[in-house]
Amino acid sequence: MHASVRPAVSVNITPPATSATNRETHASLTMRMTVSKVNFFYGSKQTLFDINLGIATSKVTALIGPSGCGKSTLLRTLNRMYETVRNARIEGEILLDGQNILSQDVTSLRRRVGMVFQRPNPFPKSIFDNVAYGLKINGSKLPLAEAVEKSLRHAALWDEVKDHLHKSAYELSGGQQQRLCIARALAVEPEVLLLDEPCSALDPISTAKIEELLVQLKDLCTITIVTHNMQQAARVSDFTAFLLTGQLIEFSPTPHLFTTPSDPRTEAYITGRFG
Amino acid sequence: MERHFEKDLNELKERLLWMGSLAERAVHQAVHSVLDSDEQLAKRVLDEEDAINELQIEIDDRVVQLLALHQLMAVDLRFVLAVSRINNDLERIGDQAVNISQGSLRILRHPRVKPYVDLPRMSELAEEMVRNALNAVVRRDVELAQKVLATDDQVDHYRDQIFRELLTYMMGDSSVVFPAFELILVAKNLERIGDHATNIAEDVIYIVQGQDVRHPTVDRR
Repeated sequence: MHASVRPAVSVNITPPATSATNRETHASLTMRMTVSKVNFFYGSKQTLFDINLGIATSKVTALIGPSGCGKSTLLRTLNRMYETVRNARIEGEILLDGQNILSQDVTSLRRRVGMVFQRPNPFPKSIFDNVAYGLKINGSKLPLAEAVEKSLRHAALWDEVKDHLHKSAYELSGGQQQRLCIARALAVEPEVLLLDEPCSALDPISTAKIEELLVQLKDLCTITIVTHNMQQAARVSDFTAFLLTGQLIEFSPTPHLFTTPSDPRTEAYITGRFG
Repeated sequence: MERHFEKDLNELKERLLWMGSLAERAVHQAVHSVLDSDEQLAKRVLDEEDAINELQIEIDDRVVQLLALHQLMAVDLRFVLAVSRINNDLERIGDQAVNISQGSLRILRHPRVKPYVDLPRMSELAEEMVRNALNAVVRRDVELAQKVLATDDQVDHYRDQIFRELLTYMMGDSSVVFPAFELILVAKNLERIGDHATNIAEDVIYIVQGQDVRHPTVDRR
């Protein structure tokens, strides 16, 4: 039953076909990645303590917590980006589709687990070449132009740039550059997309566009996002992990965490009472 | 740009309107169980009460989630807050229908006190108020909401009239006291249904115009 005019009272009325309230549990889903007993160190300083977490397939998982809690560190373990830092060391196990990422070729891993950073970082190339770059290295099932268009469409950028593909990426606005970076990451068809505070450098409208994009993109790939904006986590994610001083305090379906958190520290953080 | 929370808002509206349909049907059936002396109809209302109550819980759950997850503003915020209030009014309308049905079953044990003249008119008005209030929610129709507000006095007038008339009957014949008293309670239930429809109409005005028109005598300076 819908529409602006309701039928007159009838004894026989049928309910609308609306979905039940979201009561999806983590346990009922398949995990694209699994983090088991992970401890992380920068030299002798330990920054992550016994992290156990599942990243559900085709869902958005958000990592939230105060500055310095380890959320970006945790994110960077998922595609071994920490290896760019000297003296960084990990213990424990991280699985991608059941296979330990530490025993895989790192270049191949980073194609499967792509990353978008806080500041948009397009290459000093044209819009087209930014997206095509990865495709030229990794190969493409589609003709190059078609693959570039597909990625730009997935990143909700095609209509804005289709007539200017050979212009420099630097001529785009900040929000467009970030979507270009997303398109670039999507071009190699990653299974997982990691985003480290992707909107913190953007204006509210660009932020809203990227948030809507993330909600749509989870049909294409599993998404994990770090954000210091917990309202953003509430808006876009399916599951939220709250970290504090390197520990995973709580991990729940997002509606549960933001309405009835289990841990008082989570409640204190999300109600703005500390952090 | 369409936002993904709009799907949740639309679903909330649909569930509320479904609850409204059930409440409206409950009132209709309850009233006719009295007017037509229909025991089966009264029992059907009692059987269907749980569905309305379950929806109240579900809708409140949806409201909490929307408020927590989406930081709604302006008309969206007013809408969700109003839904929370309308939810309660619909549940109370369902309760009043149950009360009428229970009264109907007790009335059926006695001969009819008198031909029903004002009661059908009163019940028609009350049903019309509920129907119009819900249509006003769907269409966000302030004019229709105001029509509901204007009808409440007529319903109150029928309640008073029915009370006076039945009081006279009771004073003249003690054998009719029980059924007459039950009929007075039915009239009171219908009057309360009218009040809840009025509340819903006030919420429509709040959603559309952001104006709180409750309690007009309160000084809002």
